[in-house]
Amino acid sequence: MSTAPKTLFEKVWEQHVVVEPKGEPTILYIDLHLVHEVTSPQAFDGLRMAGRPIRRPDRHIATVDHNVPTTSAYDRLHIVDQVSAAQVNALRKNCAEFGVEFFDVQDSSQGIVHMIGPELGATKPGMTIVCGDSHTSTHGAFGALAFGIGTSEVEHVMATQTLPQSKPKTFRITVDGELPFGVTAKDIILDIIGKIGTDGATGYAVEYAGSAIRSLSMEGRMTICNMSIEAGARAGMIAPDETTFAYLMGRRFVPTGAAWDEAVAHWKTLPTDEGAVFDRELFIDAATLAPAVTWGTSPGMHATIDGAVPTLSDAKTEADRKSFERAYEYMDLKPGTPMEEIKVDAVFLGSCTNGRIEDLRAAASVVKGHHIATTVRAMVVPGSQAVKRQAEEEGLDEVFRSAGFEWREPGCSMCLGMNPDILSPGERCASTSNRNFEGRQGRGGRTHLVSPEMAAVAAITGHFTDIRKWKQTEGAKH
Amino acid sequence: MEPINILTSKAVPLPLPNIDTDQIIPKQFLKRIERTGYGEFLFFDWRYDLETPDHVEERKDFVLNKAEYKGAQILIAEKNFGCGSSREHAAWAINQYGFRAVIAPTFADIFFSNAGKNGIILVRLSEEDVQTLMERSTANPDHLITINLEEQTVTDDQGFNATFEIDPFRKYCLLNGLDDIGLTLRHVESLDTFEKKHDRDFWSAPKTVTA
Repeated sequence: MSTAPKTLFEKVWEQHVVVEPKGEPTILYIDLHLVHEVTSPQAFDGLRMAGRPIRRPDRHIATVDHNVPTTSAYDRLHIVDQVSAAQVNALRKNCAEFGVEFFDVQDSSQGIVHMIGPELGATKPGMTIVCGDSHTSTHGAFGALAFGIGTSEVEHVMATQTLPQSKPKTFRITVDGELPFGVTAKDIILDIIGKIGTDGATGYAVEYAGSAIRSLSMEGRMTICNMSIEAGARAGMIAPDETTFAYLMGRRFVPTGAAWDEAVAHWKTLPTDEGAVFDRELFIDAATLAPAVTWGTSPGMHATIDGAVPTLSDAKTEADRKSFERAYEYMDLKPGTPMEEIKVDAVFLGSCTNGRIEDLRAAASVVKGHHIATTVRAMVVPGSQAVKRQAEEEGLDEVFRSAGFEWREPGCSMCLGMNPDILSPGERCASTSNRNFEGRQGRGGRTHLVSPEMAAVAAITGHFTDIRKWKQTEGAKH
Repeated sequence: MEPINILTSKAVPLPLPNIDTDQIIPKQFLKRIERTGYGEFLFFDWRYDLETPDHVEERKDFVLNKAEYKGAQILIAEKNFGCGSSREHAAWAINQYGFRAVIAPTFADIFFSNAGKNGIILVRLSEEDVQTLMERSTANPDHLITINLEEQTVTDDQGFNATFEIDPFRKYCLLNGLDDIGLTLRHVESLDTFEKKHDRDFWSAPKTVTA
């Protein structure tokens, strides 16, 4: 290994190279594989057919999240949709057969797979982490190299605890300065995707740096890294620091005593060295950011809340033009419509992007003392059992319930609508999730991505509302 | 996975950028635990009219439903094809519908990887070249395109001739229909050695609790 200054990504990569066969991709060691019900059954079947065991069951953790109902504990244990029930049962059976630790639907550690890795302390700095889910990039918030994989790769990791990988290029995005009032991690990442495009980081491992990123809590950092994939990035990473260590200390799978000290000493060696060179750099001044709302059918199609739906003259390319026209029609929006005039029918608070305790606290602080608009249905789906317990201890469930929100059981829910939580055709939703693709939340449903605070205020007013102005007027009354 | 080298076929033009995997195979088909049978659900929401309950009707105006494009083994699309969700079901659906190759200016990373593992050739051509082929296949559904993997060329009978880049190892695997796990297990000794050392690092173990 050379002694030249290295990036965080390069350090983690090099520490996991098993072998670099000539003319072939690098064989990269995988420290942790997270497993869920949707992308794993065919992989377990593949192992069975080939007579292969899981090489390292101790490096696997499984849970159910994508298609479990969120309505009640009873409904979760008696899934009506027989296809979903079969998939959940297949995971139960497969984990028992192959010796994988499984957090079942009512386990106190169950939750969205990207929530429970960090909560358990299974996710740690400097690790390589994969999962058959594109939002695996979330774990990069801890300085881990984490990325989503397909089912063939799931099987490959199970059989070998490695993956053949070509080395991505490096891309540093620096966000410097103090975040303006009302601007959150979600607004930062939506701005980045808007700037570089949904394929802007394809082929790159992104490192987020700068004072605005360092000022974020672990929850905010996870929101940023989570949506790296929406810019096409292979992975998103943030250097571990005292915020990271404080979050991890004392969690179930985190070392203690002398091992903790040794681990922290190692983690401190990971941040990018002074003078390390990235293949690409982008600088953003935090002062220029504002609360964001997506208007179209791709996460890059966003406006600021004080802006409007762009017109065709804003399209930079012919391809953009075509996408804009298609999006206007699908979203039933006219170019030039001010964002604040767009009414919503539904509000979804949750997902691996914004289903954490800090997100629920932020939304509850907006909701407290108010009631949702009569034209709106709204639900809160905590990302995990741990988040749900914590929120209930703090009385947030009562704040949401008395404001007219439904308070649900943990899961992926309406982020992708694999369970019964879906939009009806034409229904318009302010959602704290990560994708506004056509039909993502239900066929014909219209999704606008926003931060938890922006979703909360839209639920109250019935239309998108500038959280900055609202907090200064309504918020001041409480 | 089946070996593949030379493919001559008509092509289905799908002139849209950023076609995401939610469009290629919608979520409801991700609940299945089988690895086959996804071809009929390819581009489901675009392909079928579901206005009438309990009755699924093909949308006549969607390109896959046009008789003249039936049997095509090549799909042509615009940039960033396969973005979004990591679902390999997208690659299965494309393959099981009968496509063996997709031509586009760029592909999303995870889809790119998934396609390779299912014997689908992904051909990256310049925007201009993709447009040319898109126009020819739109004007004439019987327009034949030949992809030669060994030579890394795309040609037609109207003088189109372009070369494409492909990672040599990926090409080798596609040409020979090789299984990745078997290939990796050739290195099991290196893996055993690496693991012995790596396992002693407290930070690398997901479930280490004490020293």
